[in-house]
Amino acid sequence: MSLVSPRVRPANARTRLYVVLGMLGLASSALVVRAVDLQVVRKDFYQEQGDARYLRDLAIPVSRGTIFDRNGEPLAVSTPVDSIWANPPEVLEHLDRIGELAKATGLDEDALKQKLIERSDKEFIYLKRHLNPDDAQAILKLDIPGIASQREFKRYYPSGEVIAHVLGYANIDDRGQEGLELAFDDWLAGKPGVKRVIRDRMGHEVENVELVRDAQPGRDLTISIDRRIQYLAYRELKAALAEHHASSGSMVILDVPTGEILAMVNQPSFNPNARMTVDASYRRNRAVTDVIEPGSTMKAFTISAALESGKWKPHTPVDTTPGTYTLYGHTINDVHNKGLIDVTGVITYSSNVGAAKIAGSMTRDHMWDVYHRFGFGEVTGSGFPGESPGFLPIAKAWGPVEQATIAYGYGLNVTPLQLAQGYSALANGGRLRAPTFVKGAQNPDRAVIDPQIAANLRTMLETVIVPPGGAIKAQVRNYVVAGKTGTSRTAVGGGYQKKYVSLFAGMIPSSAPRLVGVVVIHDPQGAYYGALVSAPVFGKVMEDAVRLLDIAPDNVQNWYTAAPEPAHTVRTGRQAPDGPVDLSNVDDGVPEE
Amino acid sequence: MIAFRNVFLTILLLATMASAIALVYAIQQSRLAFIELSKLGNERDDLNFEFGRLQLEQATWAENNRIEQIARGRLGMLAPNAAATVVIKR
Repeated sequence: MSLVSPRVRPANARTRLYVVLGMLGLASSALVVRAVDLQVVRKDFYQEQGDARYLRDLAIPVSRGTIFDRNGEPLAVSTPVDSIWANPPEVLEHLDRIGELAKATGLDEDALKQKLIERSDKEFIYLKRHLNPDDAQAILKLDIPGIASQREFKRYYPSGEVIAHVLGYANIDDRGQEGLELAFDDWLAGKPGVKRVIRDRMGHEVENVELVRDAQPGRDLTISIDRRIQYLAYRELKAALAEHHASSGSMVILDVPTGEILAMVNQPSFNPNARMTVDASYRRNRAVTDVIEPGSTMKAFTISAALESGKWKPHTPVDTTPGTYTLYGHTINDVHNKGLIDVTGVITYSSNVGAAKIAGSMTRDHMWDVYHRFGFGEVTGSGFPGESPGFLPIAKAWGPVEQATIAYGYGLNVTPLQLAQGYSALANGGRLRAPTFVKGAQNPDRAVIDPQIAANLRTMLETVIVPPGGAIKAQVRNYVVAGKTGTSRTAVGGGYQKKYVSLFAGMIPSSAPRLVGVVVIHDPQGAYYGALVSAPVFGKVMEDAVRLLDIAPDNVQNWYTAAPEPAHTVRTGRQAPDGPVDLSNVDDGVPEE
Repeated sequence: MIAFRNVFLTILLLATMASAIALVYAIQQSRLAFIELSKLGNERDDLNFEFGRLQLEQATWAENNRIEQIARGRLGMLAPNAAATVVIKR
């Protein structure tokens, strides 16, 4: 048997070698080309893709700044809380653990499953927000895949409804929604930082790479409110509303030299810590957003204009007989016929007829100019969100009747804050300083009326508080108070209805005014004169406020001086008559129609 | 001449080695320092949060309404009214 012997070609080993080498060379140069392609040509793209898979930019949460009152008492504080979130697809891979999760978070198991399935195309849903950090840790300890926590901040308002309207509130994402929280949102909020970290496949942070942007925590804010006076005003206003079954009310207290708002309260109020259930009308800061007709409180500015015109002096006689005055078919009434009185008497007895007659002697342009200088018809510049400018009709639109009614406070609208600002200008020697909510941020002042006229007005306003003036309930022992009552009817749909607004605007101590207070009470039942409803609130609040602020008294009847005389050391019995009030003097000039 | 060159190269080599080791050391130190920094930063934040919580707690306890109710109700205290006070002139 002979087999075919293997064909032996001429040993062309060299050719073979070249072929093999050529193949290897091609292969390796292909590798080199590919490597160059990856490492050089398309490096950026791949680097980016690689980084995207393990480098993460994480936000560093920052807390919102604290709001302090003028004495450093915290009014709004953010504290850290944890929010539990889920990555639905990952959780749904472990269906058996949903029961455990539902139990830990206190959610209904079926509802939770439903929610996760509905959002299974998302990678992030909140399960439970704003948990106490300890409770959040307990949930995380279960180590359920796809569940993690996120640091957030919740805002607390320790003073609750006492100062709710001024502060406003921040929403669940810690952004200001109303009030000063909204007005100073950028200042308070700060800027979250960003850090770049390396994460492993499971999402754990392995290494901090760099700080992309430093976290800028929110800055603190010290506001002009004094928590103690705020509370006094809140307490007395609330009590007055309950006593007179009134529907709503506001009180504003200004520091005269600086224009700082020491207190601003409204009723009804709300608890900013649990605001979800509250009707929006409870959240309005009525003292700056709502307008009222100022009624007789406006007469102080009308008389200022009269004195400025030079035609009237404080003791120029005005005849108000017979207590009515008919002008182009419109009859103006006084509550009581006071006969022949002087300009001071127009303030003391709040005579509408007197005010109307004085207005008739002036040009409407001059009156408009004086009112406008006192800040009516324009926002005060306090910067409060939603502040109303009120409404002062332009002088051209005034007929003789409008001119007369505006003189006693009808036919224009003001906010309680504007009224306080106007009285502050009288208190501050005729210089108007716009109110501010920030401690130490005082606005520039400007002269609006001659200092002598302002002083005359203060003397006239003092007569309202002592008999025969009606507002004796606004008295504060050892101090001279100057002020003006007012009562106006609520205007509804073009007419006036039998609902009243009781007002009082005053200053203390009158010889060198430090505080101006305005009290507005809507719709009191029974007695509705400002002297009976609003003036007592002013008196009660100021009695404690002057003590808290150490304001020197200017009307001490019996100084306790040198050697103690037993008779003088303890005085009992009030000087201010506290008993029944003679109603005949409580004339607020309510027009009777 | 050659001996001198060798010595020179050896020195350079050693210096390079030393700097390489120093680099590793420095990175390690920086890492430790960074960890320390993060830890202290967290501690600072926690203390701030704690301070905020305490402030809040204090403000809640010192709430005027609560103080007034305790003073008037439980302790039977009264604020002296203006009639019961005497003003002293200096």
